[in-house]
Amino acid sequence: MSVTVAVRHVHETTIFPPERGFLVALVRDAKLAARSKGEVVQALVFFVVVVSLFPLAIGPESALLSRIAPGVVWVAALLSVLLTLPRLFANDYADGTLEQLALSVYPLPVIVAGKLVAHWLMAGLPLALLSPLLGLQFGLRSNELAALFTSLILGTPILSMIGAIGAALTLGVRGGSILLALLVLPLYIPVLIFGAGAVEQAMTGIDFSANLSLLGAILLLGGLVVPFAVAAAIKISLD
Amino acid sequence: MVAAATPASGMNPAHTLMAHDLRLDRGARSIINGLSFGVESGKALILRGANGSGKTSLLRILAGLTVPDAGAVAWKGEIIKPLSAKWREAALYLGHANALKDDFSTHENLDDALLIDGVTVGPDAQLAALEKVGLLERRQVLARRLSQGQKRRVGLARLSLALACAPHQQLWLLDEPTNALDAEGVWLFTGLISEHLARGGIACIATHLALELTSAMTEMNLDSLTEVTQ
Repeated sequence: MSVTVAVRHVHETTIFPPERGFLVALVRDAKLAARSKGEVVQALVFFVVVVSLFPLAIGPESALLSRIAPGVVWVAALLSVLLTLPRLFANDYADGTLEQLALSVYPLPVIVAGKLVAHWLMAGLPLALLSPLLGLQFGLRSNELAALFTSLILGTPILSMIGAIGAALTLGVRGGSILLALLVLPLYIPVLIFGAGAVEQAMTGIDFSANLSLLGAILLLGGLVVPFAVAAAIKISLD
Repeated sequence: MVAAATPASGMNPAHTLMAHDLRLDRGARSIINGLSFGVESGKALILRGANGSGKTSLLRILAGLTVPDAGAVAWKGEIIKPLSAKWREAALYLGHANALKDDFSTHENLDDALLIDGVTVGPDAQLAALEKVGLLERRQVLARRLSQGQKRRVGLARLSLALACAPHQQLWLLDEPTNALDAEGVWLFTGLISEHLARGGIACIATHLALELTSAMTEMNLDSLTEVTQ
């Protein structure tokens, strides 16, 4: 065996700071969403319509309406986010760009984190911003509106994160969107309980910060774990 | 260069890319079984074979996207984990799909791909690359309005910019890159490949096209796994 010192030319190590990958993914997905504004608006309109159906179906009894308002708004938010989940990875999967993202010089979890933030900005944040208006429709008072808004601000990113795991796992699966709903909705239950619970506590005059703290804790934990879980799921789907 | 189906015991470090005893099962069938080969720097491996013979699967294994059921791939003498950082930096993979966003223009798509690849290129270089592949006039057109061949040419623009600005992308993995390309496009493609090889790069190309083989190119037929060297 000859001692071959391979012509290993000094490799100018190009440095790829991971946080750049976060920005690249975030800006890219935000730009793409801006190109198909229709989808963003549709999910928002869906949210408003579903919430507005309840007063029509139940009748104008204000005590009952304000009693069910937290649950109604939260369930509608759940369903609206669920509708937008396929957009998260399925388009990239179909046109081959997901492979390019997986092969990017930036680590996939970082890219996933950027995509998640972009998804929340397009799908979750608008719901939270709109919720006080819908709450007024149900006759909620100001502290209840505040609880609703805050719980949605903390809760919708969790919905994006849990949904992303499901969306990544069901990539390329036939009938994936129904499977996705079946997979994700049960996992949304804790978020729903803490979120709607916060508003209900505000109604009864109890301090609702405990529920919000729990949501915040889930959010932080999810932010640490979910990008890695989603990246792993994407790798499995691409295999 | 291609030692198909032989136990590659001592890995030759001169072989920059080594595949060792690869096996890939899909269901009960083995698409790839006991495949070993090496490609030296400055050489290209042309993958031949009928549809379904495993060309795409092999390229995906080499890209790190598919994890083989057995065997390993080594890069510069080191066994590499699929999708590890080193691998992702070295590989430039143009897959079956064009990897273009329909809602982005030609130029935006090129820019997007470069950002993802971590290649920093000025707008002038991008325009020059688009001109080279004949897409300069179509740069503002949405990708959905491009013809199939024009979509393929965006990939050529990426290759051209990889040559100019991304010395880390030494391993080109190209799946049917000449599909839907016209004669001029194929000529452009072969030019890019020769330049890449001349700089010591490596290319693995799956194609049905009768490429004009140079001494730097080796053919591997996945149907028979027999060596056909020019």
